[in-house]
Amino acid sequence: MSEHLTEIIVFSALFLLVSGMGFVAARWRRPDNLATLDEWGLGGRSFGPWITWFLVGGDLYTAYTFVAVPALLWGAGAMGFFAVPYTIVVYPIVFLVLLRLWSVSHVHGFVTPADFVRARFGSPTLALLIAITGIVATMPYIALQLVGIEAVLKSMGVTGHLPIIIAFAILAAYTYQSGLRAPALIAFVKDTLIYIVILVAIFAIPAQLEGGWSGIFDAAQAKFDATPAQGDGILLNAGNQLQYITLALGSALALFLYPHSITGVLASRNRDVIKRNMSALPAYSLLLGLIALLGYMAIAAGIKPIGTDNNTIVPQLFDKMFPDWFTGVAYAAIGIGALVPAAIMSIAAANLFTRNIYKEYLKPDASDADEARVSKITSLLVKVGAVLCILFLDTGFSIDLQLIGGVIILQTLPSVALGLYTRWFHRVGLIAGWAGGMAAGMLLLYNIGNPVTGKLHFAGSAFPLEKLGLDTKMTIYAGVLALAVNLIVAAAGTLIARGAKASEGDDATRPDHYLADEGDPRVKDLDLTH
Amino acid sequence: MTTPDAPELTTPDAPGQDRSDRSPWNWLLVLPIILPLVPLLFNFDEPRILGFPRFYWLQFLFIAVGVTCTTIVYQMTKRRR
Repeated sequence: MSEHLTEIIVFSALFLLVSGMGFVAARWRRPDNLATLDEWGLGGRSFGPWITWFLVGGDLYTAYTFVAVPALLWGAGAMGFFAVPYTIVVYPIVFLVLLRLWSVSHVHGFVTPADFVRARFGSPTLALLIAITGIVATMPYIALQLVGIEAVLKSMGVTGHLPIIIAFAILAAYTYQSGLRAPALIAFVKDTLIYIVILVAIFAIPAQLEGGWSGIFDAAQAKFDATPAQGDGILLNAGNQLQYITLALGSALALFLYPHSITGVLASRNRDVIKRNMSALPAYSLLLGLIALLGYMAIAAGIKPIGTDNNTIVPQLFDKMFPDWFTGVAYAAIGIGALVPAAIMSIAAANLFTRNIYKEYLKPDASDADEARVSKITSLLVKVGAVLCILFLDTGFSIDLQLIGGVIILQTLPSVALGLYTRWFHRVGLIAGWAGGMAAGMLLLYNIGNPVTGKLHFAGSAFPLEKLGLDTKMTIYAGVLALAVNLIVAAAGTLIARGAKASEGDDATRPDHYLADEGDPRVKDLDLTH
Repeated sequence: MTTPDAPELTTPDAPGQDRSDRSPWNWLLVLPIILPLVPLLFNFDEPRILGFPRFYWLQFLFIAVGVTCTTIVYQMTKRRR
């Protein structure tokens, strides 16, 4: 342990600094009254372009991404680089969609995607399904943030679960007190540290390796040539190209359906803040691409993971290439990087519970203060659940759940994203489509095995098309197939429901609500005058 | 909260009536969605730049394409004050 002492001291010091900031954040941009969901859960819907950039960037590009993506490149090569096209296509895809979501949420005071679905389709049942889907998809994502911290702790020689429990207890306490303001403030430190670490890494590490960048790529190719596996290499092959682009596209479609992404977007002040961020957020994609290449640097530097945990590749690389004090800074960047998304995710999940389960079914006359209180308590419970996941379940199981999470959150696309544009779908059709998409997604994932590890089920997201009877070696992302089933069932269900004259449900929104901006009247303001 | 004849959501002074998200500039968004999804463009080793195979440097370049397109659309469609 003593050989890591400098690292541990630097890591602990930075960790304590941001914890302090988390508590102070309650006073930052202080409102008159923090006891409403708008203030606690959305930071008063007042964040400008800079805060939003740090907050959403810190929210989407998580600590887990930073250790898992390079680990993927280290293990499989080019396929892991899908994270780059994924984070390029996402912003132009959602550019116009998020503007409409922000506007209609601004007018109606929506806090969650399920709030919107409830008002748009007049269906508490559909909203409940959307809310449950969001919560179930988010929980393992929070647990995965712990995996990021664990990888770092392991590399510092710190074992046992106590440090993780302490870290999460601190996180839970300041999220409870400060709400969304805490991760927004901490995100500044987190992202600054990450940018510094990566800039240093991409110049300092290749300089220490023979042959520079060219040597790094050649070393990676040599490693993949030597393995018996067919699918790896520094380029794609005939079998995984379709998987590469469908995974990039499917992940992009899923990203802004996650409740925590929507929380970040709804916290911004006006439409221009969102537009500006759609062009500024790709700075993080550049960062992610460079981080991904750390996986190849690790190959060239001859790094071996601790045990069989590939996620320790990047921490091990830093440990070997950096002086101790800077390794400590790098570890702190990853560790703090886990706290920001974990806080936002727990807030988003808590808001879903409060708005779409508690207020809808348990206490319809809940006041603003009740809502804030319930959300705060739920955010604590969500974090306890995430810690229990890590303590009692295998880490691999969290990764499986996260994989499933991506597929199931995609099933909310017809109701949430298409719903922003069209009321054509019938609520009965949407419910049927959701059920069909979920069933198809589970079935597909269940049937994905991995011959190398001997795992028979849930061994990845690449579904071999030959299992559908096609004569090809190609694989495709299971999520997009499940979404296709969803859309077909939803369309058929809509036609049947119309034919049977099933009730359409009320639509509380109007076309101009989707174009409203800061300063325009809100429904709530009008209610108060009646 | 306001005067008794509080604004309806359709009040003329709410500058929302002639507002629209439609703009020909929006078509620029299609480019950065298509390019990164065509492996035919980038799935090659040669030519290398600064040691980076084409697969990597070209996809990094697509980030710049994405930023350029979204920035132009933002500048051309932002709210006039």
